[in-house]
Amino acid sequence: MFDLYARRRLTNAIGLTVAILAMAFGLFWLCWILWTLLDHGLPALTLKVFAQMTPPPGSSGGLLNAIYGSLLMTVGGTLVGTPIGIMAGTYLAEYGHRGWLAPVTRFINDILLSAPSIVIGLFIYEVYVVQVKHFSGWAGTMALAIIVIPIVIRTTENMLRLIPSTLREAAAALGAPQWQIISFVTLRAARAGIITGVMLGIARISGETAPLLFTSLNNQFWNSNMNQPMANLPVVIFQFAMSPYADWQDLAWGGALLITASVLTLNILARVLFRQRASTH
Amino acid sequence: MNAANHATPRIVVKDLNFYYGKFLALKNINLDIAEKKVTAFIGPSGCGKSTLLRTFNRMYQLYPQQTATGAIMLDGDNILDKHQDLNKLRAKIGMVFQKPTPFPMSIYDNIAFGVKLYNNLSKNDMDERVEWALKKAALWVEVKDKLKQSGMGLSGGQQQRLCIARAIAVKPEVLLLDEPTSALDPISTAHIEKLIDELKEDFTIVIVTHNMQQAARVSDYTAYMYLGDLVEFGDTSTVFTNPKRKETEDYITGRFG
Repeated sequence: MFDLYARRRLTNAIGLTVAILAMAFGLFWLCWILWTLLDHGLPALTLKVFAQMTPPPGSSGGLLNAIYGSLLMTVGGTLVGTPIGIMAGTYLAEYGHRGWLAPVTRFINDILLSAPSIVIGLFIYEVYVVQVKHFSGWAGTMALAIIVIPIVIRTTENMLRLIPSTLREAAAALGAPQWQIISFVTLRAARAGIITGVMLGIARISGETAPLLFTSLNNQFWNSNMNQPMANLPVVIFQFAMSPYADWQDLAWGGALLITASVLTLNILARVLFRQRASTH
Repeated sequence: MNAANHATPRIVVKDLNFYYGKFLALKNINLDIAEKKVTAFIGPSGCGKSTLLRTFNRMYQLYPQQTATGAIMLDGDNILDKHQDLNKLRAKIGMVFQKPTPFPMSIYDNIAFGVKLYNNLSKNDMDERVEWALKKAALWVEVKDKLKQSGMGLSGGQQQRLCIARAIAVKPEVLLLDEPTSALDPISTAHIEKLIDELKEDFTIVIVTHNMQQAARVSDYTAYMYLGDLVEFGDTSTVFTNPKRKETEDYITGRFG
């Protein structure tokens, strides 16, 4: 008996050690990345970053136009993508039990989910930018919306599938029509998970460079006209970081830190929300 | 089988067959459910007792593979008729499930949800209806100060009584209970059994249970089912003390199942 017990303890110790090492290995790179980002980004984050436009090389400036453009296009992409994603996900989870439409949709959605974002950028470039013959904030919003949609569809469907069928039966047993069962019972029960999915979508698109490169491009000046090329953080970072100018590189670090911090905040917010909802419901 | 012939039948089941896909799960069932009495369905797992219960409110309709033939008469209408208005049917026949299923909303809204489907009550009338249902379900005293709190925060036994309150708030005529106490502790079970006894004053109750003592305690009539057949149906006291069929006796005395 003791022998067996000792052997189990040894196996456990080995497993635990390997797991801790793997965790430490992953965490090491993550911390290094964050450290480098803070090291270079924090000194660059002055008030000017939030007050001035992107400068020509050699002069001082900030990222205000890029922050504003990113905000507009991210919010726009989310506002377009979220309702479509939630409705399509609801269809897949609640109605997609028979027929061919749901499996085909699910399959295409999976492809879209893993499609390289540069392909989505090129697609919008071809079908919209080339037709209207200029880059624009709208084109950027479209590309971002197309990235958000499959993420929200997937999480909505998954979260709705986690709702036990007895809950649907209980609502149906009261005589509730299906639209009421879905909108007042199942969607509500899956609310926290669906919101988390939307947050994940926002986090994903706020760092996307490739789809914006071919759609909204960039703009050196303040621009709130969505029909014009629009500055945005990822493309500015891409352009500035590759440049030989020190002040541009600093701004790129500052922008990178800004994106990381906002994504981190969103993620933490999503988790806190999820936890609160989970404990009250 | 018409064992309940000295009581008024509320539901009459005639030649009912039920299929899961091609599998025949209920074989030519005939029985009467007596008005304002408790009828219990007992039998080993998979015998079809829950399936039978779920035909009474056409719950199986949610699943495309499931079909029923025959007739189940309620107030002169055949429940299985495809022209039957499901919402009206389910207003008349309430159901409580094995696991408590509170909706993700406040205790008050849990009750009001079903009522709103059929009645457009004023705030005062709705308050009264909620209080009435919670009192009927013996839950009012415990929750009257936290009606705005989520129903999911209650204990398992309270949640199940909330579900009973929700079902009776619609003022149905028949109440279907599908193993309502199998997920509960003995004290909550005792609560609910006492409740069933009180509720039969107003409602016709059909209960599926795995617990034979429970069937003996709460029911007036008992149906013993096995492999989709209705083996024996009669007065609970007769079925338990003097069963006509050997299979019933074996099951009840624990020699089988």
